[in-house]
Amino acid sequence: MISVKNLHKSFGDLEVLKGIDLEVKQGEVVVVIGPSGSGKSTLIRCLNMLEVPTDGEVYIDGEMINAPKANIDLMRQKMGMVFQHFNLFPHKTVMENITLAPIRLGKANKAEAENTARELLTRIGLLDKAENYPVQLSGGQKQRIAIARALAMHPEIMLFDEPTSALDPEMVGEVLDLMKDLAKSGMTMVVVTHEMGFAREVGTRVIFMDGGVIVEEGTPDQIFTSAKNERTQSFLSKVL
Amino acid sequence: MNTWWESVVAKFQMCFITDDRYMLLVKGFGVTIETSLLAVVIGVIIGMIIALFALSNSKALRMIAKIYTDIIRGTPSVTQLMIIYFVIFATVPLPKWIIASIAFGINSGAYVSEIIRGGILSVDKGQTEAGRSLGLSASQTMKDIVIPQAVKNIFPSLCNEFIVLIKETAIVGYVGLMDLQKAGDFIKSATFEAFLPLIATAVIYFTLIKILTILFSRVETNLRKSDIR
Repeated sequence: MISVKNLHKSFGDLEVLKGIDLEVKQGEVVVVIGPSGSGKSTLIRCLNMLEVPTDGEVYIDGEMINAPKANIDLMRQKMGMVFQHFNLFPHKTVMENITLAPIRLGKANKAEAENTARELLTRIGLLDKAENYPVQLSGGQKQRIAIARALAMHPEIMLFDEPTSALDPEMVGEVLDLMKDLAKSGMTMVVVTHEMGFAREVGTRVIFMDGGVIVEEGTPDQIFTSAKNERTQSFLSKVL
Repeated sequence: MNTWWESVVAKFQMCFITDDRYMLLVKGFGVTIETSLLAVVIGVIIGMIIALFALSNSKALRMIAKIYTDIIRGTPSVTQLMIIYFVIFATVPLPKWIIASIAFGINSGAYVSEIIRGGILSVDKGQTEAGRSLGLSASQTMKDIVIPQAVKNIFPSLCNEFIVLIKETAIVGYVGLMDLQKAGDFIKSATFEAFLPLIATAVIYFTLIKILTILFSRVETNLRKSDIR
């Protein structure tokens, strides 16, 4: 589904990604871990072209998204993204947040989009908040709505960029639970996170990044109990 | 006391009633309103265009925006008005008030563009990213996500600019237009009485702007309804 080949990304003189190769298959939950500044967020943002790669190739469903003529908007419709700071639209109600893109992009008419939105809101237990504005919600509620907003486009892939890092500790659980549900439903997911418990329990594969490269990857068991690389071991010893 | 009052009444009569002089103020008020309204519209349109130029990726467009705002900010508006009226539009057969509106619109556009530019930049980058990540195009994201939030942020500054613009039109007398200010001035010259006509002019301007301020703050409250917890 996702195929990354020799991906490089520099900001000015600073090279953040130094040649990443990555394959994500349908239904996989790939969890990317690593210290701050290791390039995890830049990697996930390159997958939907929020950052334009300096070099290398990113394929989504076999189509190269960073090709000069690629229809990025169309390819982004297949990929939902969830941000650390939620990025809900503050001037729109919860319902409008969820229905805006499907309606604007001709995926559904207003009634259909609202039906889908109500189904999603029921699933995340926030149907009663449909007419509220984001400012009236807690952090955990906002993030669940943000996930629903992305799901309303019926994406094939969901990208999560540190979805729980800006949450109060007591709200982390509700968001992770929703992500677990999503993983169980067979969604292809790439998750950048510091939640090692989630990586271990839900991840089908864990990738450890440091210094702009993938240092080690494997099943959660391999990474968490028998990491081979020294840097992986030292990172895990600090966070576990 | 009685003679003082009688003299006030006499002066009032002379200033406003004799020869229907109050009609000068009424007509002048009309000129001020029509000139300001058209100028606001022109100013907002130019301001939006110049703001988009200033934020565009093209160096040439950014340069145009910068030169435009530099020239407008660096010269007095009365000079701009006179250049536009007596030089640029000297041979164009348009009504005086329209030419004046164009001049004020061009002037206001520079300030409005700075306000709009600041407003667009004040919207968190994450909003654009969220819009784009859903598959919305750059222009859809601008229209549905960024601009509505920018408008809310810049509304008070824009209202302030409109009020400044209305008061600034008081210089149209320089190109021979009889606006409210000029009407007051005319009555002063005709009657050799300065106090009443000038105070009347001030009171009319003040009342107009006070009413607008109240209207603007109502709209603003409405715009802020999504901020209520």
